[in-house]
Amino acid sequence: MDLNFTPEEIAFRDEARDFFRTAVPESIRAKVAEGEGLTRDDMINSQRILNARGWATVNWPVEWGGQDWTPIQVYLYQDEMQQANVPAPIAFNVSMVGPVIAQFGSQAIKERFLPATANVDIFWCQGFSEPGSGSDLASLRTKAERAGDKYVINGQKTWTTLAQYADWIFCLCRTDPAAKAQEGISFILVDMKTPGITVRPIVTIDGGREVNEVFFDNVEVPVENLVGQENKGWDYAKFLLGNERTGIARVGASKAKIARIKELAALEFAGDRPLIESPRFREKLAAVEIELKALEMTQLRVVSDERKMAKGRQNPASSILKLKGSVIQQQLTELLMEVVGPYVMPYQRDFDGNNEPVVGPEYATEAGPMYFNYRKVSIYGGSNEIQRNIIAKAILGL
Amino acid sequence: MDFDLSEDQRLLKDSVDRLVLDQYQFEQRKKYIREPAGYSAAMWDQITELGLLGLPFEETLGGFGGGAVETAIVMEAFGRGLVLEPFFATVILGGGLLRRAAPASVLGALAPKVAAGKLKLAFAHVERHSRYDLADVSTTAHKDGSGYMLDGAKSVVIHGDTADRVFVTARIAGERRDRNGIGLFLIDPASPGVSRRGYPTQDGQRAAELTLANVRVSAEDLLSDNALPLVEHVIDEAIAALCAEAVGAMQAMQDLTLEYLKTRKQFGRAIGSFQVLQHRSVDMLVAIEQARSMAMFAAVMAAEENPIERRRAICAAKVQIGRSGRHVGQEAIQLHGGIGMTNEYAVGHYFKRVTMIDQLYGDADTHLSYLAELGGLFGKVA
Repeated sequence: MDLNFTPEEIAFRDEARDFFRTAVPESIRAKVAEGEGLTRDDMINSQRILNARGWATVNWPVEWGGQDWTPIQVYLYQDEMQQANVPAPIAFNVSMVGPVIAQFGSQAIKERFLPATANVDIFWCQGFSEPGSGSDLASLRTKAERAGDKYVINGQKTWTTLAQYADWIFCLCRTDPAAKAQEGISFILVDMKTPGITVRPIVTIDGGREVNEVFFDNVEVPVENLVGQENKGWDYAKFLLGNERTGIARVGASKAKIARIKELAALEFAGDRPLIESPRFREKLAAVEIELKALEMTQLRVVSDERKMAKGRQNPASSILKLKGSVIQQQLTELLMEVVGPYVMPYQRDFDGNNEPVVGPEYATEAGPMYFNYRKVSIYGGSNEIQRNIIAKAILGL
Repeated sequence: MDFDLSEDQRLLKDSVDRLVLDQYQFEQRKKYIREPAGYSAAMWDQITELGLLGLPFEETLGGFGGGAVETAIVMEAFGRGLVLEPFFATVILGGGLLRRAAPASVLGALAPKVAAGKLKLAFAHVERHSRYDLADVSTTAHKDGSGYMLDGAKSVVIHGDTADRVFVTARIAGERRDRNGIGLFLIDPASPGVSRRGYPTQDGQRAAELTLANVRVSAEDLLSDNALPLVEHVIDEAIAALCAEAVGAMQAMQDLTLEYLKTRKQFGRAIGSFQVLQHRSVDMLVAIEQARSMAMFAAVMAAEENPIERRRAICAAKVQIGRSGRHVGQEAIQLHGGIGMTNEYAVGHYFKRVTMIDQLYGDADTHLSYLAELGGLFGKVA
């Protein structure tokens, strides 16, 4: 057992640290640090910088632009990227549809979509959840009916993150209504410009617009947009959701938040001393730091294990990464909000047409919205209660 | 970075795990606890035969030169078995102090005896009002001819009742909480003026109150005249060892609880099929895995010579272990229901052990305040 990184790993870490902090513009990284929303161009520009180096799609097969890295390298890449406040490559492209196409798609569909997906020439969104199908995703009802060389899609998707930016959507649609719930679903790619698609924003409690409803009214899609086999979509969806087990803990992002909390708590006063000198505050922060350190060690155990485990098998510890990682992220946004005190009050998100001078310190403006927004992280990607169901069954055998 | 055990470490783990599995079933433990010493003389011999008592010593001293990882391997297994024998007092505390404080001649004379199971050690440090402050020593050592005279009282000396030699801290100079001036003596508890009163602890182990009244010791019995830094290091190593022991105990509680949930039927089905109990079991798992991670961190950092970095890590681990232990212990009892309350059943004994571990050498709140004062774990990244 040796918890020190090897000289090669340290060299790689330093290379990554340097790259993320020099190649990606400070203007974008500052927005991530402050929790300010990124524009579509910010996301695309940032990912293209990574992609130019082959660092946008490191998890993909090497022949399609992935990296042949050790799990430790992947960990260091993620950790340094998050600590540098570099936006993660767009998850819909890189962690979701890309790997599914690479694994299950035909050669033609790979050639057509993978390079464009890596470079965000296509910006993807995910059409999974429906109004009646959240945790019980397999009950989804959006249907794709075969008509000659087309599918005709009717139904509604919801919680569709960044649909307003997306060029294409990958959808789970019911193609066999007679089959068992999980066995009649297909994975279909749809151009968002196709007639019959309507996108309607859902404003979230932080005032942000991230998620949308997407309506499909007789949307005609060529059959060649089917990925893999018809009615096998549930398997592909499970593969997709099983990807990215380690990055989801977002340990590096939480480290960046701790650094920021310490920085800002030194600027805010509680009585005649900076808040950071309050023993009560320090203990609250230290308590989260301990949980984060434990999570980082857990993640490294998982990563280190991946080298020797059979593909597809997971260390039991991996299942707690999302559960614990989400709660830690939330606790840190809570602390960040507490740091700014009464200046959490003014609502001044500029995209609501507010161009007045900032009330209070600039760094306070996003603290409230970020806290509200982060309640989502224990809900999306399978709520923490669903995670517990899965762990109870798969790990504990209950 | 590598979490794998070496070949030697795997062999060690296999043999200790085997010992606990074969010899330390809960019913066997009940017999050991009734022996006069409060533990099994035969088990002590077996632990000796496995070579575990030489863990921290070099081969030339009859040991095998193990470090914190080897310690953690042994302690985790002992936690699973709720082992009663004075391994922790003799090897972790005693061996650690011997190694760090004793001159080569004393180490050379005593370490082989410890390794051979012929010399049991204990560490008498806690006093009535010292609580968790290691610098708070009121016991005095006055110069007495060429030697010293010790006066004072030491509390909760783990396995102090059966130890053959006892390490005692006593103030040579300075005021009550001064960091300087604390001497470390190794005394024979049979010396005139030493009285000990042994008693059982909540978790089935043994401890003693030690009174020192005009106890004459020689100059050679003083191993260090400024012992606090080395005491702090040994206590940090001891905390790392206890973290591993607690992980073993927590894992045992989880195993027992899951087995119970799968077999106990109410309302016509296994109670483990109820979602509320499933979710609570998952939260136990999370608490254990987080604790396991921090116990590993503590094991690796226990050898760190920079006391501040070491302290941060140890404090953090002790907080995690304390909190996880309390959560897992309380939940294990609750999920068992009435059977968890019975003294005849194992789970409560694990619960008691992890509860005691929290309150040894600083509970979770104490270590949280230490860590907060040290500025936490994560610095700013340049």
